[in-house]
Amino acid sequence: MSRIQESVIVRTVVRIMVPFILLFALYVIMHGAGGPGGGFQGGVIFGAGIILYAMIYGIDAGKKKISDALDRILASTGLTIYAGTGLLCIISGGMLLQYGAVPLLPDNPAEVSKYLIDFVEIGIGITVSAVMISLFFDVSSPESEEAEE
Amino acid sequence: MIWVLDITMLLFLVVCAIAAITIKDLLSAIIILSAYSLIMAIVWVEMQSVDVGFTEAAVGAGITTVLFIATLARTEGRSED
Repeated sequence: MSRIQESVIVRTVVRIMVPFILLFALYVIMHGAGGPGGGFQGGVIFGAGIILYAMIYGIDAGKKKISDALDRILASTGLTIYAGTGLLCIISGGMLLQYGAVPLLPDNPAEVSKYLIDFVEIGIGITVSAVMISLFFDVSSPESEEAEE
Repeated sequence: MIWVLDITMLLFLVVCAIAAITIKDLLSAIIILSAYSLIMAIVWVEMQSVDVGFTEAAVGAGITTVLFIATLARTEGRSED
């Protein structure tokens, strides 16, 4: 444990800030269609929030929140959401990610498109944040742990 | 368009880029690179490209710095050449 990790000020600030960082990340993901932001940026901010927590409270505490197995599941879930939405559009008779083709609301394809764009953004966000977190854990894990694996 | 601000930031970008590749201490190089990313994000937003500026601020100044420092913590921290 370094001196920064023992500092009460840093620990308290991180504990207060992390929920707001995660909330802001969700805001950025959900507003990707209408303004600046999107799945990638929101996912990166979400990952940064978890990384900040893991940096100050220790890698082990971070891995308790998001384990390696959960990380892998999340990364593939996001990819499945993205590819699944694209395939759904192809099955419905359109091109890849041509949202209007999906017959959820037959009389209003624009509305379907709006919801499916958000759905795809959520998928991108999940994958990006999971990959960012696993990158950080891989780079910063102590040496001794790797020898055991 | 505030062109004085634009020219100042672009000059600062060049200074940061040259400093980042000439400095010997790698931790200083990482911090300078993160300052470069932050200025670059402001330049992107100034050029009406908020989305790209957002990405630059989140990835360039945020995650990349953390990953670089985490990598540096496992190495010697000084450039050989």
